[in-house]
Amino acid sequence: MNDKPPGGKIDIRSSEELLAYALAMEIEAVDRFTDLADQMEIHNNQEVADLFRKLAEIEGKHVENVNQASQGKQLPTLLAWEFDWASGESPEGGSLEDAHYLMQPWHAIELAMQGERHAVAFFRHVADTSSDKPVVQMALELVAEEEEHVALLETWQQRFPRPDDGWDDDPDPPAIL
Amino acid sequence: MNRNTACPHIEPRGYKSGVKPVWCPGCGDFGVLGSITKALSGLQIRPESTAIISGIGCSSRMPTYLSTYGFHGVHGRALSLATGLKVARPDLTVIATGGDGDGFSIGGNHFLHTCRRNTNMTYIVLDNQVYGMTKGQASPTTEPNWEKGKLTPSGTGINPFQPLVVGLASGANFIARCSSSDSNGTARTIMEAIRHPGFSMVQVLSPCVTFRPEQREWKKLVQPAPVEATSDAAQAARRLLTDKGLFTGILFRGSRPPYQPELKSSIENIAELEEEFCL
Repeated sequence: MNDKPPGGKIDIRSSEELLAYALAMEIEAVDRFTDLADQMEIHNNQEVADLFRKLAEIEGKHVENVNQASQGKQLPTLLAWEFDWASGESPEGGSLEDAHYLMQPWHAIELAMQGERHAVAFFRHVADTSSDKPVVQMALELVAEEEEHVALLETWQQRFPRPDDGWDDDPDPPAIL
Repeated sequence: MNRNTACPHIEPRGYKSGVKPVWCPGCGDFGVLGSITKALSGLQIRPESTAIISGIGCSSRMPTYLSTYGFHGVHGRALSLATGLKVARPDLTVIATGGDGDGFSIGGNHFLHTCRRNTNMTYIVLDNQVYGMTKGQASPTTEPNWEKGKLTPSGTGINPFQPLVVGLASGANFIARCSSSDSNGTARTIMEAIRHPGFSMVQVLSPCVTFRPEQREWKKLVQPAPVEATSDAAQAARRLLTDKGLFTGILFRGSRPPYQPELKSSIENIAELEEEFCL
């Protein structure tokens, strides 16, 4: 699985800007997990599809939370590429290229956990670098939230054994002619 | 390009059709699909004012997954269909999508003349250097020493086709290369390509994780081109011939006027048109 460096903007100057980043991150995560659920469903990997669907649902609640926190505030409108993520991509989204049709629940949770850890790193970076006190306060709250998500996923992952090497061996692989 | 700011804002997901893609999980084409939706959302082009035209192949399934108008056409003929549509309906935003086999092998001749004609449209080539849909044969852009294809167990031994160099030489007015692993960067480039007048060509390195799993490494190898886009074709050619195919970004912005013949019809009514086809 890919382990991208965490995304991080050098200087977020207002809580509105931070909320815009948080919202984009959560929306991207919903879309990503929905895409992954669809992919697994198409490839008859229903157990993992259900797991990704659940993750998308949870991320949807995070979107609601950020929207609630944004009430009464005017968030800046940024296009996808205008967010200054360190890796160019939203840190919580996880990489579509890490998916495999034979992946197991353990992999799905690992992929989600990487995203949450990157989100923790992003908000911690904001808290460490911003000179604006309300931004620092909000970033620390978001760090705490994301750490809760990591802890929850760690609990989930304990329910599934780590797959042995060769988990992606397919006895009936796509033929190369 | 038809930007309508009076209508409600459309988020990227608003450009998806809801049909679930059948691509292999891990395929780079998912990232490109996301990039196209982000680019269309960035421009706020209405889905009903946009047409995605394709030929045949994995990446040519793109129109199915978008809520725009679409035409999943004949192998290698995406650019011919797209040209005809754009000339007849210049008000539409026309985007052709397809793969390296569709575009540069059976569609190679159409590619040359589309560049030469310079119609105002965008061509997105999802290049994975293999025929994926037919299960892993060497394509025009495959390296000569790729030995995994059973039809070419000793490699093709043939120089790979250089799409951007050929596109430039043939008259493409905008040339860029992207990586599917950089979905946001690709979205931005596609948006620029759509905005640029004339024929814009965007090559996206999009791994085939099933038949070319080694292409997963591309995301570590690609890097932004260390130079700004040039409008000097000779300079662009020198850069493209020496960049090993892994530099990304906008590489050439030309200024040739797009091809758009005057539209005039001598047909007064449908019955008159039908008469021409009477047996």
